[in-house]
Amino acid sequence: MKILTEHIDVPNIDTIDVFMKHGGYSAVQKAIKKMTPDEVTEEVKKSGLRGRGGAGFPVGMKWSFLAKPEGVPRYLVCNADESEPGTFKDHYLMWKSPHTLIEGMIVSSFALGANTSYIYVRGELMYVINILEKAIQEAYDKGLLGKNILGSGYDLDLFVQPGGGAYICGEETALLESLEGKRGNPRNKPPFPAVKGLWQCPTVVNNVESIAATSWIVNNGGDAYAAIGVGRSTGTKLISASGHIKKPGVYEIPLGITVEDFIYSDEWCGGIRDGHKLKAVVAGGSSVPILPAELILTTAAGEKRLMTYESLSDGGFATGTMLGSGGFVVMDETACIVHNTLTFAKFYHHESCGQCSPCREGTGWMDKVLHRIEHGQGRKEDIDLLVDVAKKIEGNTICPLGDAASWPVAAAIRHFRDEFEWHIEHPELATKPGAVFMRKGASWTK
Amino acid sequence: MSKIVFPAETLELVKKIIARYPDGKQKSALLPILHLAQAEWKWCSPEVMDYVASLLSISSIEVYEVASFYTMFHLEPVGEHVIEYCRTGPCCLMGGVEVYDHLKKRLKINTGETTKDGKFTIKEVECLAACGWGPVFQIREKYYMHLTKEKVDEIIDELSK
Repeated sequence: MKILTEHIDVPNIDTIDVFMKHGGYSAVQKAIKKMTPDEVTEEVKKSGLRGRGGAGFPVGMKWSFLAKPEGVPRYLVCNADESEPGTFKDHYLMWKSPHTLIEGMIVSSFALGANTSYIYVRGELMYVINILEKAIQEAYDKGLLGKNILGSGYDLDLFVQPGGGAYICGEETALLESLEGKRGNPRNKPPFPAVKGLWQCPTVVNNVESIAATSWIVNNGGDAYAAIGVGRSTGTKLISASGHIKKPGVYEIPLGITVEDFIYSDEWCGGIRDGHKLKAVVAGGSSVPILPAELILTTAAGEKRLMTYESLSDGGFATGTMLGSGGFVVMDETACIVHNTLTFAKFYHHESCGQCSPCREGTGWMDKVLHRIEHGQGRKEDIDLLVDVAKKIEGNTICPLGDAASWPVAAAIRHFRDEFEWHIEHPELATKPGAVFMRKGASWTK
Repeated sequence: MSKIVFPAETLELVKKIIARYPDGKQKSALLPILHLAQAEWKWCSPEVMDYVASLLSISSIEVYEVASFYTMFHLEPVGEHVIEYCRTGPCCLMGGVEVYDHLKKRLKINTGETTKDGKFTIKEVECLAACGWGPVFQIREKYYMHLTKEKVDEIIDELSK
């Protein structure tokens, strides 16, 4: 079942004529001509669609929080600042099929009563920005954007805004600060963007994939979308698969397939690369807890783990993880967990905006301590020190970057403590190029 | 350095960008215009940032504080080709470290340095959202994916011509 990527490999699907030949912009026709904004919102609510950027908050509910004071403009801002390590699905979708996002932007803007909308794209993707701008111009030329869209009296202008290379701008209030031409320091909430967002006006910020899904929901109805998936994990999800698998890439899956199928089936990742065994997976982008092979495939209760919000988080952080952004990083037995954790810690250290002390200082300490462990200078007490620092960051910052920085470190130690100890106790072995700790009796140990 | 002024064509584009935002909110154009400025002058010198401030009728400090926050803006001179390689987890899993070490050896410089002939600068950056196609580096707008030592050599040979 494909909703977002059904036609993604059709030649020239990035041009409006080919896109329309394959049913593109029918949702705009339907929404604007046959539905009211509230009816569109109602269908999105019924669909159960959850925010695809990582938080998983119901999109329809987020829309319903939007304040609508008379005479005050409202804005829809698309979060295309995709920067979570392991995640490249929005990049892929916008690059291959820009009109899929633009159609969703028109439908969603109409539902929210926004007359100006912005797509905030990470600045590194300048080539994708050029693709989007060309596609937007095509939509203007067809009367799908601009004044009086399709003779309906509804006006919408759509602009692309480049970022400047800052992960923090994927946090919605930091993104709005950035869009206002400022440093990307997250704002305190409340007030939430739905009340005071862009230029202090009511604003909805949604991820690329969430917005793109609204077109299909308008065309087919919220119930049809909700019929795909399992329980509260409805619809399809783009999964960015990377690491030691046979076929890295972006896959649109119906939520609810098993993790085992996703990793080993030829339809998706195609299995672990030849001659190697699965060691660990980071299932939802760098910030979610890493799980060892046995816990990613089955829950602690022995059930097959599914690709859903609920199943991946089964067991809490003790034995579970999160679906997050769907950045699915697979590691075989050659992967060094300490090194990988260090790269993530460096990432968060670099990307902390510096506003809250626990995150600004704590991410630096985690980076430094992990660096010395990786380079053969670890001390016995360093493992507990890392756990302590991670604990003191978590929950003590105004935005989730602090949590995102602490979780991967805490989880790596939780599940691979012996690997950290080995680095500290045997620096002469651990610092040899390519050396990796082999746990006795583990499923991945050769 | 000659007087810092955008070419007429870019100035037209600047006007169009400012028109994307409501009246009085022209500061929102800061990131897009800093990108244009960097494309024009290679890096964001204080003079370039002062000029951007004047275009937007904001104070220079408002530009400095933004340019120094976002990693894409170069606050020091850079070489003709700035190679920005992704050093985050997924690219490392795909052999990134070896490939980047090769790049540094080949150009005889370290991260953050520029070759003597001013041709290349190497910068280490965080995830470029291309994890399934790693290792990856970026030179200006172009992504170079699935890098190997051989590929790096080919790219450097081509750009050295």
